[in-house]
Amino acid sequence: MLSTSSEFKANAHHAMADVGLQKAMARTRPQGPAKRAAAVAGLPEFEELRDIGRDIKNHALANLDFYLETWEANVLKSGGHVHWCSTADDARDAVLKICQAAGARTVTKGKSMISEELAINDHLEAHGIQPIETDLGEYILQIRNEPPSHIIGPAFHLNREDWEESFRKVHTQLDPNRVFAERADIQAEARMLLREKFLAADVGITGANFLIAETGSSVIVTNEGNGDLTQTIPRVHIVLASIEKCVPTLEDAMSLLRLLARSATGQDFSVYTTFSTGGKRPGDLDGPEEYHVVVIDNGRTAMIGSEFQDMLRCIRCAACMNHCPVYQTVGGHTYGWVYPGPMGAVLTPALIGVDKAGHLPNASTFCGKCESVCPVKIPLPSLMRHWREREFERHLQPKGVRSNLALWAWLVQRPQLYRLTTRIAARALALFGGKKGRFSKMPLASGWTDGRDMPAPEGDTFFARYASQQRSAK
Amino acid sequence: MTQTATRPRVALFVTCLVDLQRPTIGFAAIKLLEASGCDVEVPRAQTCCGQPAYNSGDRATAAAIVREYIDAFAGYDYVVVPSGSCGGMLRTHMPHLFEDDPNTLKRAEALAAKTYELVSFLTDIRGMTKVDASYTGTVTYHDSCAGLRELGIKDQPRELLASVAGLTLVEMKEPEICCGFGGTFCVKYPEISTRMVSDKTADIVATGADTLLAGDLGCLLNMAGRLSREGSAIKVRHIAEVLAGMTGDQPAIGESRG
Repeated sequence: MLSTSSEFKANAHHAMADVGLQKAMARTRPQGPAKRAAAVAGLPEFEELRDIGRDIKNHALANLDFYLETWEANVLKSGGHVHWCSTADDARDAVLKICQAAGARTVTKGKSMISEELAINDHLEAHGIQPIETDLGEYILQIRNEPPSHIIGPAFHLNREDWEESFRKVHTQLDPNRVFAERADIQAEARMLLREKFLAADVGITGANFLIAETGSSVIVTNEGNGDLTQTIPRVHIVLASIEKCVPTLEDAMSLLRLLARSATGQDFSVYTTFSTGGKRPGDLDGPEEYHVVVIDNGRTAMIGSEFQDMLRCIRCAACMNHCPVYQTVGGHTYGWVYPGPMGAVLTPALIGVDKAGHLPNASTFCGKCESVCPVKIPLPSLMRHWREREFERHLQPKGVRSNLALWAWLVQRPQLYRLTTRIAARALALFGGKKGRFSKMPLASGWTDGRDMPAPEGDTFFARYASQQRSAK
Repeated sequence: MTQTATRPRVALFVTCLVDLQRPTIGFAAIKLLEASGCDVEVPRAQTCCGQPAYNSGDRATAAAIVREYIDAFAGYDYVVVPSGSCGGMLRTHMPHLFEDDPNTLKRAEALAAKTYELVSFLTDIRGMTKVDASYTGTVTYHDSCAGLRELGIKDQPRELLASVAGLTLVEMKEPEICCGFGGTFCVKYPEISTRMVSDKTADIVATGADTLLAGDLGCLLNMAGRLSREGSAIKVRHIAEVLAGMTGDQPAIGESRG
């Protein structure tokens, strides 16, 4: 997927002026935090579980080579195939080859963020294979040719009228006078049209929430059941999974699943949780004939052993973006690539380069809300700060920022001179602020004063007043 | 209130914003600390907690700045800061700057362990449960992010405010949401920052309160600046001014002096 992360500011400007987007976000904004809070309140050991989740992922990452090899051996034992891919290109080719070998004309797809990272749909289409998104949100985004704006609610940025407009435009075979009275009407129409696609597909592609080393299984969670139809009906099932999805045991996966839905949607558990272990065995009533897992690195091994390793604990629940005041102001598309919000602000620079995605870890107030709700306790603000350190080392920040910082740093390390300077500044500002006590315009501070006043200082600095108090007390 | 035989020696870290913008907060802090039974000194060798450098990715400069601070403040029983943000920097983050320097790290950790934000120091360490102050008005309190999430300051300010005669506290719908200040964030992303503070002021106005309080001057300047731009008459003050009974000393933040 092409990135517009370097255009973050312009993207944000458009997003804040987008009436439809702001309407959609005003609707979804309160839901995530409220639902999570209710789910957490209903599970007394939730906080303890967060520590357990963190520890499971840390252990898996510290021994990732071992668990991936164990997992692979168990996939092979169950008759599945494993395709190791170090780059997105490798993964695209691997998927294409499997589809071509299966003689595939159409491919159904479950929701998968790694598939966005690979831009797999474009690749398949370019080779004459029709991918069909079956998650309702992804389905409409495919119609509208838009990327997801959220990692679990890909179409959160749309309103009901957008759905209706897109469905009428594309589903021209249906009665133009049909009525979309409520959400269920949209769902029913998509369900009816997707049913034949599920049955006709040659290959089904899903993501994976976890890969389980001890069983060689992949796990997906969905609420619509589309993932199950995608992976059980076609002859071939392809799982796309990045390397950090691997956990040691079934029990580990269960512990993480207890965190996942509660953190994501506030459900105790997703409606469907499906474990796939190999293809159809002799005697099985259904299931795919072939089971392939395309395992993707695409920049992640470089994070292992670095200050960004903690990010690989992420289980993609979206709690961070659901609670992020910046994400909730500018929306997911503003971040300009696959992963938005706080998790994207850390992961995106690692995957596409901090030179392209430098805005993302900077566009945070470090309010810390994301870290406080992360089910695996990723210290997201600290990791964003580490990206700023990388930028600083590489001189990637704007020149002005760097020279202002240097001047300020020089001054604050000279307390006497600093006192004099601040005293002059405080008195001058108090004087110019006059009776109004504030500035509505200030040179060099238009960013601030475009949207708010700048309160004027009281007058003399604290240190000047304190010194004169001390003198008169003697 | 705890009264120890010897009064602890407390160093006040004034913070650069209080020094420049609103000295009254510093004097209110001194008054409250003395009322809690402490001897207060203000070491002259202090400027800034280093946060602008630290959060801009310049660890070396941040370390150089706080190294001087460690030297100047090491000898006191406690260090108290009238800001959750600077307090969080000095208590939570500062030692991380010396992970490669074991000698300084030890001293940094020792100093960090005795560094407190003002209101949490008064309540959690000095056992203060009430103040001798009055304020006629309905106030709402904004939980500044670093104080809330790095230092666990939530109930302490509310407990002390409950003892202020004449004061009624009404809560915002979302008192814990960031106001959009974010230090350098408001300079780097002013448009987003402005939208965030506008959401905040809408919540503040909806409470019907006549006064907004918080424990961090950065957030207060941001919210006061937006409220006055919107033509709101809501008064904005640091909580220490109210707790110390010093609201008569200065007009509210950004209020006209006429």
